[in-house]
Order: sequence, then structure tokens, then C-alpha cells
Amino acid sequence: MTEPTLRLDRLSVAYRAGGRNRAVLRDISFEIARGEAYGLVGESGCGKSTVALAAVRYLPRNGSVTSGAVRLDGADVMRLGPEALRQVRARTISMVYQDPGKALNPSLKVGRQLVEAFEVVGLHPAERKFRALEMLKKVRIADPASVMQRYPHQLSGGMQQRVAIAMALANDPTMLILDEPTTGLDATVEAEVLDLITDLRRQLGTSILFISHNLAVVAKMCDRIGVLYAGMLVEEGPTWEILGSPRHPYTVALLRCLPRGGQRKGHIPLDTIPGFLPTPGALMPGCPFEERCAHADDRCRTEIPELREAGSRVVRCHYPDRAAVVPRNTPTDVALPKPASEAAPVLRVSNLSKTYGQGSHATRAVADVSLSLLPGETLGLVGESGSGKTTLAHMLLGLVRPDPGGAIELDGELLAASLGQRRDEEVKAVQIIFQNPDSALNRSHSVERIIGRALRRLGGFRGADLSSRLAALVEAVRLTPRHLALRPRQLSGGLKQRVAIARSFAGDPRVVVCDEPTSALDVSVQAAILNLLADLQAERNVSYVFISHDLGVVRYLSDRIVVLYLGRIMEMGPSERVFEGPNHPYTEVLLSAVPNLDGTRDIRIRLSGEIPSATTPPSGCVFQNRCPRKLGAICETLEPPLTEAEPGHVIRCHIRAEDLDRLQRQYKASVQIVEAHLDKFAPHQLAE
Amino acid sequence: MSSFLARRFAYSLVTLFVLTLLVFFLGQVLPGNVGRAILGPFADQKAVEVLNHQLGVDRPLLVQYGAWIGRFLQGDMGQSYIYRAPVADFVIPALGHSLKLAAVAFLVVVPLGIAGGVVAALNINRPTDRIISLGGLSAAAIPEFVSGIVMVLIFGVWLRWLPISAAWPDGAGALTQLYYLILPAMPLVFVLFGYIARMTRAGMIEALDSDYTRTAVLKGLPWRQVIWRHVLRNALLPTITVVASQTGYLIGGLLVVETLFRYQGLGSLIYNAAKGKDFPMLEASVLIIGLTYAVATLIADLLYSWLNPRIRMDGGQ
Repeated sequence: MTEPTLRLDRLSVAYRAGGRNRAVLRDISFEIARGEAYGLVGESGCGKSTVALAAVRYLPRNGSVTSGAVRLDGADVMRLGPEALRQVRARTISMVYQDPGKALNPSLKVGRQLVEAFEVVGLHPAERKFRALEMLKKVRIADPASVMQRYPHQLSGGMQQRVAIAMALANDPTMLILDEPTTGLDATVEAEVLDLITDLRRQLGTSILFISHNLAVVAKMCDRIGVLYAGMLVEEGPTWEILGSPRHPYTVALLRCLPRGGQRKGHIPLDTIPGFLPTPGALMPGCPFEERCAHADDRCRTEIPELREAGSRVVRCHYPDRAAVVPRNTPTDVALPKPASEAAPVLRVSNLSKTYGQGSHATRAVADVSLSLLPGETLGLVGESGSGKTTLAHMLLGLVRPDPGGAIELDGELLAASLGQRRDEEVKAVQIIFQNPDSALNRSHSVERIIGRALRRLGGFRGADLSSRLAALVEAVRLTPRHLALRPRQLSGGLKQRVAIARSFAGDPRVVVCDEPTSALDVSVQAAILNLLADLQAERNVSYVFISHDLGVVRYLSDRIVVLYLGRIMEMGPSERVFEGPNHPYTEVLLSAVPNLDGTRDIRIRLSGEIPSATTPPSGCVFQNRCPRKLGAICETLEPPLTEAEPGHVIRCHIRAEDLDRLQRQYKASVQIVEAHLDKFAPHQLAE
Repeated sequence: MSSFLARRFAYSLVTLFVLTLLVFFLGQVLPGNVGRAILGPFADQKAVEVLNHQLGVDRPLLVQYGAWIGRFLQGDMGQSYIYRAPVADFVIPALGHSLKLAAVAFLVVVPLGIAGGVVAALNINRPTDRIISLGGLSAAAIPEFVSGIVMVLIFGVWLRWLPISAAWPDGAGALTQLYYLILPAMPLVFVLFGYIARMTRAGMIEALDSDYTRTAVLKGLPWRQVIWRHVLRNALLPTITVVASQTGYLIGGLLVVETLFRYQGLGSLIYNAAKGKDFPMLEASVLIIGLTYAVATLIADLLYSWLNPRIRMDGGQ
């Protein structure tokens, strides 16, 4: 057998904090073979990024390898001299990470930064630029010469990440580490970057270590995956075996937290993982997952399970055969009332627009949006960055003043455009939950003060009334009284978001705008928050405007969905109809861009170009310049109206709904044929 | 970039205008009467009034302000009440002196402070860092008259390496002048070193911890190049602003040092003008300092935008 590209050999890493070493990686071993893509999954704090940083020997100042070794092509990375280490970084291993905007130096031109990658291997100056241009072409940048002359901030996030990838692959490394490379990118951009990585991997034969919290992305990209928990590898094996029939209770639990297939809030609540991740450095006499595992017994509490082989995989569990029967943590039989469709809408928006700037710089962030929201209904707002989701939400809240001509009605009464002019009743009727509870909560106030203040200001409660309402609200968001004295920094992300939810529910709102409320949270926490939102809705008949880039989450929670593109509604309809089609071509693209966990290989519809600026939208239909189903001249000259495809389901397209339906069914059928064909040449068979 | 600079330039003009208002009207608050201050406590009240009329200080304030600004814009700073001579004859040489001293102090402290900050950041939490950070802080806490006197004692009196007065002989060349200015500049270096070093250290640490530095290191660049090309450029941005904001102090706030070393700078000029209610002198000096400050800030902005493409390209939006 040949030497693997990367081999971790019982690696343990500790961070020094508070005067003592705290173990963050414990005894981790795995191998990545030549040309193999290996995925590392787990929630934040499990040590995924530490593995990557140890592999390139770039641990933080307070981090150190306490035992074990990292071998790259057989050489011990930790024992390399400075010059040898530099050579290894220049030629053998490279890394791409989250947030490409920060990974590139803001004050140097892209070209200069890329050229450096060739400089370090001693390439002749004349050849460097040529190679840099070539590399940019390889990562599918259309106009490499002009991109070379630009600064990072002049490129979109997707372009920045391509440049980072070009830089990483410049010297044809044998090992590429990708640490959350598409987190924070839009769905269609993410899909393009993943496609690119897949293609380049095929061309170059690079081994990949792919780190992500997103199981679907890892499933799409990797041959094998390892699951990390509390710094330990708990399960490892071929991707579909692990995801299809997990054996470790943690893997099982992780998968159950995700809304999958057509799962909806009305059917089954998401499962959650009780308890918390052990803190780094905590003493673990037994299995790290013992506290949160339903099967745990005395043996689990006292004896650390060894990694044992089970077929082609390894599992760190004393009872790997019981995983399939791990009981759920949430009941399955919860019937949620459906919103009554004949009820009068609680919120009605008509012809709402928002233009920023004037004259030639005028930017229409939202254009002529009309919609309504029923009591107890969730309206999902979907679209990529720049689609106007947030502007629309802020207009509902009165934070942004709409252009004259539009109207927002609450219970049939006109709402004032700005928050200052709204009556107290109206202010408390429309509330928001933000994406990042960290910045939304005052860090110097206790939980009691934060929620109490909201109850006083929004609910008008005083004295004994206040304390009883406070207790009720705290219970409603599943916090306990012992949390009341704590400050936000003492709470985990999920608990903080519960506090934020409690605050927005303090005045018994009619409508709550949820702006990416779970994007910053781990999947197990996300599941708990989504369940909470669904429960609160059922109890209080509150309506949600739910903004998220995660279509699975939107589908789970929403009754109806609005798809926005450049500030326009492209499609609006009942959730199931929007997911099943017929669809607007943009929705179709969006849906095909999202990797799923259901084992179907998706043949993605590629989208050309980048989202245009709202300052200079294309003529006619705003999607025409990127539309895969463009008809012709009519799309360029005439903006199509929203037409009813079926009752309650409207699409803004010149193509008739019947034709869209036919085209899309044909396409899906052809994908299935291609899939069946591809299965004959599945990678494992090719390898033999 | 031009729109960014145009805006900054306009801001400077507004700042200067507000400064003229402040200088002029706050000057009026100073107790005492101009004529009385000039003629002395025993002069006849009539004579005082006549003098006040001659000087024009009995006119309405707005008229006085208008006349003063009008003349100032034409380059006429007015007549000193005390010396009965054009203000410019005093202010311009004093400005020259102050600029020389400030320049010497700057040339020493800026490279030294930046180097100190860089070295401290590269040795973070090690003894070198502790010495530089603590030493800088301690030095900044010593008033100029203390450090000045100590320096005079050591280098002027005991070692006799440097002259104890800044007043160089007439007709001295540039090098001789520099020789005379080393000792007066030392207390200023003491005060500013810690400040600049701390800002640089903070900027460096942030830049060293950044993702782009990680990218540069993992690219395989030699450490020296990582620092010079990637870290320093971004790390020094905040330092530039800090340095520029110290020019006002260096040009006009050195009364103590000027007194200690018998140096004819703007600091002592202002002090004496304020004591004697010599408004034209006071106003002109303060305005000159404001002007210098505005120019320094403008240069800092220029440098800042040159180093920071986000401002250069997008007009600082």
C-alpha cells in the first residue's frame, strides 16, 4: 500500500487557557489517501478547524500538540525545520477557509497576491504572471486580466473564494484543506464553488480534507467522512454508509436534527440533542457523548470506548448495534393547527417599493411587492443576497421608510411608514428576531432585565403582574429560572436566541419577522429553535415572516413561500407547491443548487454570471440575462406580470405555467436517466 | 479618491472657520481691557478709550471679526498691540522654530515608536514586549519638565555632550541647529514614544492574527516578506492617524519645553500674547497652529487612502 497523503497518528492538541492545558483534540487518527476527499463533520467546538490548523502547523499561540503526529506524505509536519516547513506549505499542502473577504489582503491587488504563490517556488518573474492568469482561468474567472488588477473588496464573495482557491491550487499541492469554504455564500454561488472544486479535483488528483458543519455539502463532496465530537473521532467510514445507517448515537442524533425530504412543522417536530457539548479540557472518564446519549449506562460513564471496526467503518461506541433504535428526544405526535385560509389577513402589503439614492444612482431594492399574511401563518422569504429580503422586512417593521404609493396594513388598518409614528399597539404587534443574538442583546444586562424591560415597554406590565408574565414567558421559550440572573456572554448561542425570542414575544405580537434566526447556530440548536418557533406559533396564533437562505429550514417552517430576485416577487405560493413545481426558472435554479441528504445525485442547472446590481437591472424580465429557459426578445423587452399558475400560486414568467411544468418534468426525468447511467460507473467500481 | 480628498479638504476648511470663530470670541472672554493692558494700571481712562478706539476694539464684535478675517485672508495678520509691529514678524519666525523642533522630534520618535511597536508585537507577552510596553507607558507619564531637566542634567551638565539651551548662535548652519535641538526634542520623544508604540503594537497584533496573514504564511512566503508586504501595510493604518493628531501638540503645545530650553516657538508666543491681551498675536498664532494641524490631517488622510484601497477606490463610502 502506498503512503497516504495525510495521516493523523493519535494526535492530541491542547490550548493553554487559565494557566492549564485544555485538551481540544484527543487521540485522533485518520488517513486521507491520494486523490481522496475526506469530510470532517461535527458541531462547532468539536475541534474540526483545529485538525486543519494542526495539519498546516498553524495552531494559535496558546495551542500545542501534546502527543501524536501529523504526517504529510510520510514526513512529520511537527518536526520540519523552518525552511522545510515553508517549502511544504508552498508546494505540498494548502488551505482555503471561510470568509474569503478576510483571507485576501485588503490592500494588495489580487494579481500581486496570486503571483506570490509562484514567487515562493522560485518561478521566473516573467512566467509568474502568465501562470497566475492561467490559474484564474482554471477557476472559471471570465476576465482574468482585469481581475488581476482589482482589489479584493471589488470582487463578489464567490469571486474572492475562486481567487483563494486559485491561490491554494497554484503549485499543484497534493493536499488541499477546505475549512467551511462555502459557508456564508449564497446557494447558487455555493453550488458553483462546489462544482469547481469537484472538477479541479478530478483534473489535478488532489487529496482533500473537507470541513463543514453542513452534512449535505460534505455528502456531496466526500468519499469518506469522519464525525468529530468533543475532540474525538466517534465514527468514520464511507460517506453514504455513515449518513445512510449511522452507528454512533451522536451521528444518529445529528442527522435527525435536520429537516429532510418534505418534513414540515405540521407533521413531526425535529429531533434535538439534549444537553451541551463538554467544555474543552473537561475530564472525561467515559464516552464523551455519555451525558447526552439515551443509551448511556455505567460502562459508558466509566470507560472510554475504543474505535472498533464494524465492516468498512469504525465506531467509538460500546453499543454500536443499538444506534438504530435510539429513541427520539421529542414526541412525534404533535398536531399543529393549519392557518385558516378564509380568515382575514393580519398583514397586507400592497405595491411596496423602496428606492435608495437618486437619479442615475437610484437603486430599487424592493419593487412593487404585494402580499398578505394570514393569522398563524408562516411566510417564507427566499432569495439570495441583494434580493431585497431584509429591506422588505425592515419596511414591515417601520425601520425603513417605503417609497410613496405603497401601503402596509395591520388588521385592515394602515400602518405608519416609520416606527416613530406608529402607535404603541402597532409597534408591539410587529416584532423581529435577528440572526445574531450576540449583537442583538445588551451584554451588560442580565436575562431578567432584558426580558423584563421588554415586558414593561411592550406589554406595559408592572409589579406582581410583571413577575408572573416573566415566569410564563421564560417557561414558554424553555429557559429555566436559573438563567434569569445570567448575562448574555454566559449563555450559549441557542440560549441567547431564546432570550431574543422571549423579548420579541413580550408584547404578544401578531407578526414576528424572523431574519435568519438559526443561521448562526449549530444544527442541534437550530432544531430546538425551529421547534420552539413552531410551538409558539401553535400556542399563540402568531404569524411569521421567515427569512432564511436555507431552503430546508424554510420548507420545514413555512406555509407559503415568496421567492425574491432583485427586489421583485418572482414566485409566490403554498410551500409544497413551490417545492414541487411548476416553478419560476429562478426558483428551479435555486432548488437545484441546494445539496440534499437524500442520496440523490443532483444534476445542477448552472447559472451564468453574477447577480446584477439593482442600480442597473436588466431590461424586461430582471432574470433574463441569467435565465436557463429564456424565450427570446420578449424577455428582454417586457417585464412579465405575476400570473396565476394554479390557485394561490403565482409566477412571474412569460412561459405559461403548463409549459414550465412540462419542461421541468422533462428535465427531472432526464436527470434520472443520467443518474441511472452514472450509477453504473460509480466511483467505487472505477477504483477497482 | 479625488472625491474623498475634496470632501476632506472641505471639512478642513469648515474646521478652520469654526476655529476662527472660537479663537475670536473666546479671546473676548479673557478678563481685562485691551487699552488698559497696554497702557498699564496708572494711565488715564481717557487715553485708554482713545487707544481702544484707535485699535478698533470698541466696535461691535461682528464688525471686528469681519475686519480681522478679511485682512487675514489677504495675508495681513494685523498689528501686535504690545510690540506695535506686524504680527507676522513674530508669528512666522516662531512657526519656523516650532516646525524645526517638531520635525526633529518627529524624525526620531516616529521610526522609533513604530519599530518599538513592531518589535513588541512580534514578541508578544515576552520580556521584550513587556519592557517596550511598560517603558513606553512610564515614559509617557513623565511630564516634559521632569524628563527635560533630567536630560539637561545628564547630557548637558554631567556629560557635557549637548548644549543646555536651544538658542543656537546667529547664522548657525542646519547641522548646528540640529545639534542644539536634540536635547529639547528628547522630552517630546519620551511623551510620544509610548503612544505611537502602543498603537503600532495593537495594529500589528490585529494584522498578525488576521486571516490574510495566515493566507500569506500558508502560501509559503518567508516570514520577513509576510511582515513587510502583508502585515505592516495594514498594521500602520491606525498609527498614521494617531501621529497626525499629535502635530497640534508638537507645534503649539510646547510651552514648557520652550521655556526650559529658552526657545522662541509658538508656545511661548501664545502664552505671552494671552498674558498681555495681545489679541491679534494670539489669534494669528492659534490660527496658524490650526492651519498646520489641518494640513497634517490632510496629509495623513492622503497617506491613509494611499495605503487603503477601499478608501482610494470608493471614495470612502
